[in-house]
Amino acid sequence: MPSRLALTDHFREGRLVNDRLIFSALFAVVLFTIVMIRLVVLQVMEYEYFDSLSAKNRVDIEALPPQRGLVFDRNGVVLAENIPTFSLEMIPEQVTDVDVTLDELAELLAIAEEDMVDLKQQIKRQRRFNRVVIRQRLTEKEVAILSVNRHRFPGVDVVGRLIRYYPHGSLFAHAVGYVGRINERDQKTIDELNYKGTLQIGKTGIEKRYENILHGTVGHQKVETNVQGRVVRELESVASQAGDDLFLHLDINLQKVAATALGDYNGSVVALDPRTGGLLAMVSKPDFDPNEFVTGISRKNYAVLRDSLDRPLFDRALRGHYPPGSTLKPFVALAGLELDVVDEHSKTFDPGWFSLPGQDHRYRCWKKHGHGHVDLKTAIAQSCDVYFYDLAHALGIDRMHNFLDLFGFGQRTGIDLPSESKGLSPSRQWKRDHRNQAWFPGETLISGIGQGFNQTTPIQLAQATATLAMRGVNNPPQAVRARRQTGHEDMQLQGAMTTDSLPMEDSQNWETVIDSMVEVVHGTRGTARHIGKNLPFNVAGKTGTAQVFGIKQDEKYDADTLAKKLHDHALFIAFAPAEKPEFVVAIVVENGGSGSKTAAPIARKMIEQYFGIGPDE
Amino acid sequence: MSSLLNERSESQSFGLTGVLSRVHLDALLLLGLVVLLAVGLMVLYSAGGQDSGLIIRQLIRMGTAFIVLFLLAQVHPDRMRDAAYWLYGLGLILLLAVLVFGHEGKGAQRWLDLGFFRFQPSELMKLAVPLLVAAFLAERPLPPTALRLIIGLMIIVLPSLLIAKQPDLGTSLLIASSGLIVLFLSGIRWRIIFGFITLSASALPVLWYVMHAYQRQRVLTFLNPESDPLGSGYHIIQSKIAIGSGGIFGQGWLEGTQSHLEFLPERSTDFIFAVIAEEFGLVGVGLLLFWYLLVAGRGLFIASQAQTSFARLLAGSISVTFLVYVFVNVGMVTGLLPVVGVPLPLVSYGGTSMVTLLAGFGILMSIHTHRRMMSP
Repeated sequence: MPSRLALTDHFREGRLVNDRLIFSALFAVVLFTIVMIRLVVLQVMEYEYFDSLSAKNRVDIEALPPQRGLVFDRNGVVLAENIPTFSLEMIPEQVTDVDVTLDELAELLAIAEEDMVDLKQQIKRQRRFNRVVIRQRLTEKEVAILSVNRHRFPGVDVVGRLIRYYPHGSLFAHAVGYVGRINERDQKTIDELNYKGTLQIGKTGIEKRYENILHGTVGHQKVETNVQGRVVRELESVASQAGDDLFLHLDINLQKVAATALGDYNGSVVALDPRTGGLLAMVSKPDFDPNEFVTGISRKNYAVLRDSLDRPLFDRALRGHYPPGSTLKPFVALAGLELDVVDEHSKTFDPGWFSLPGQDHRYRCWKKHGHGHVDLKTAIAQSCDVYFYDLAHALGIDRMHNFLDLFGFGQRTGIDLPSESKGLSPSRQWKRDHRNQAWFPGETLISGIGQGFNQTTPIQLAQATATLAMRGVNNPPQAVRARRQTGHEDMQLQGAMTTDSLPMEDSQNWETVIDSMVEVVHGTRGTARHIGKNLPFNVAGKTGTAQVFGIKQDEKYDADTLAKKLHDHALFIAFAPAEKPEFVVAIVVENGGSGSKTAAPIARKMIEQYFGIGPDE
Repeated sequence: MSSLLNERSESQSFGLTGVLSRVHLDALLLLGLVVLLAVGLMVLYSAGGQDSGLIIRQLIRMGTAFIVLFLLAQVHPDRMRDAAYWLYGLGLILLLAVLVFGHEGKGAQRWLDLGFFRFQPSELMKLAVPLLVAAFLAERPLPPTALRLIIGLMIIVLPSLLIAKQPDLGTSLLIASSGLIVLFLSGIRWRIIFGFITLSASALPVLWYVMHAYQRQRVLTFLNPESDPLGSGYHIIQSKIAIGSGGIFGQGWLEGTQSHLEFLPERSTDFIFAVIAEEFGLVGVGLLLFWYLLVAGRGLFIASQAQTSFARLLAGSISVTFLVYVFVNVGMVTGLLPVVGVPLPLVSYGGTSMVTLLAGFGILMSIHTHRRMMSP
């Protein structure tokens, strides 16, 4: 009978499952017995131990933050160090009323209202058993006041801590950068465990880029604390591992000379060793004191820096966009030679202006009545615009763009510093993609003299010059020379040198262009001839003056009647010795007027410093 | 047979039990749950720093969860079986939706924001997976054939992988185990079970070998949290002190120092067991664990009395999974198991898991109280 069969199956199935249910129940009893045994061990056999930890004394685990690695310049002068200070800290869970305590402390130490608001927000975000820093770098007087009032504030303590200090103040504000309080955004990117107890994190410059090397590894200690939360004895500890020290290519003496020579102008100076790519100097002005940021800058002071029209927080060396102006001409000239559009001897007639065939718009040369018949060397030495209008027209924008690409225009140099900008080297494609417009032939002309859409950063200009100086060997710029583990002698070198060279059909073309740049500094009519006297070697250079303000056709540029903000930017690039370069510099002086008068003398002073030459009298 | 007769006479009585069974509620199970929830509220009052707002919010969740329990108890088990595929399919779609548009919370994408309320699809899967595996296996005579066993495994693995990707490894493993329990109960051969265990055990060293160094380090801290005292080890160290200092009789309700001085993190949620152990001692937690066993025992009894294989498997899985939750949580808090975020069922503060748990018990009650209406 089928139904009977089904019934039997049903019973057999039921028994099968029931057996498994019974097995499960027994297994559960076994597991729960294990748990009970565990509880007996903890609560009966080890009761004494845990009770002693809990009843009067409690175990606390404290992070031992690592000491941050130091930063040195190439001479071993310290640029970023750690100094001992006292800071006022609080563990919220040990405080009865956090708000009242904070208000009383604010009154005692005169802490600004708006800074307290930030602090209270921070406390809300954190776990209550984690330390909060109320104020860093207490003065001796403040420490005294706090010791007297200590009994009023359980859970609040004065703690000795090492904090970052930049002994040279604003001199390396942009290059070395600064550390600041770890904020909410940082918290998302860091390994939270490794930053337990660490108050600061690199925010800009070397401090940011090398954060993982400088920071080190956190240690911890298990301590017994009494009811007031004070440490009674240490149970066990694992030491922290200090961060590595960094040795930079930067030279403090050169940096000082550059900063002083730039004076009150806004602008930027970047110097490189073309043989290694080492960053010798990097100045961006105006600057600021990075020490203000270390302990948390007050809202008021920050607002002053942030809202200043001169933008002191902005790193012009890596991020400032400037038209390269005539400093682009040597590269355009090289393109002309390499692509056989011109040769060393071909001449162009400069009547003072250039017009495209069939158009009557006159593109003017900076020299009103023109340079007459000029060849390549004269065109560079005297910075003839018409020669380059003609050359650019013959090259066309796309060939020019592709050639400038080789020198890194419009690209990041890849220096080991954060937030570098790309600049812009225009092309037909770019204009279609970004402006949705066709390319006009006139734009090719002004691109040929480094105006129009062209934008370079000072670091990019220095890097392109270094590649030119090295006859095509391109060492990417590098700020850090070596790192050293604390307590060790040996250094690990950083950065890689290349032997790659740009593909050039005729290596003589390098020499032609470089010779003409030597003519700029040493020639009788060179635009920077006033800096070329009394030098034991040849310097190759190129001046540039970049328009900030568009001047209408046939209108005259008159510095006296224009506001300072609208004055031209002065640029200068140089390297020395021209034959075997060891030093490259790129200078941008905002609203400096002319590259020849304002920018070139800065290069002279730096060359004197770098090569140890006495000043030119 | 005798217990079956007892049940029948019980249901015909006019006492409270009779009234309850007429609205498809099981008196014993209900009693067990109410006691657990009451204990939970009491401990929560202490652990949460005597915050009555916390208690009220928890009571509201309990109320919601009981409504779900009551409604599910009215649904005939056969209807549940019919809905199994739909629920599972819906759950899968929602899991995929979470991966695509999910709301991020605490570093993992688990929530789906539906505007008026936020919902964790993995909670639905906690019931849908055992439901579908039970429904699928019960379609044919037990024990299942090899092919059906493999299909059953796939039903389990698919959502588990999706949830592990969120990433929520703890929940993923719990859901996988709820499905595997159904397979176990369905009477698959011991040979296969041991083979499976041996195979996965022998796969571990291979996996270890192909892992990166940092992954190995992570596994090691996962297995031994005390090597990482600033991270997850902090919880375990503090939790062990709280439990150990409770002793045999505990420090008394509202008297636990570790929890009140806020040394113990997450004391209202995942680590609430440590508060119980500190305040009520070995006696208290022993009684609590015993009570958990009783509740699950009633569930297992209901499973054994069920009249279809589907109901038997489902009821068995729900009961055993409940015990697994308890074991995993207590094991974690006492330092026997690695730290995975699993709350203590019905006691920990928190919403969604409470609803899912009581929904499971609603299914158990439905299975038990709909028996006599089925033809023999």
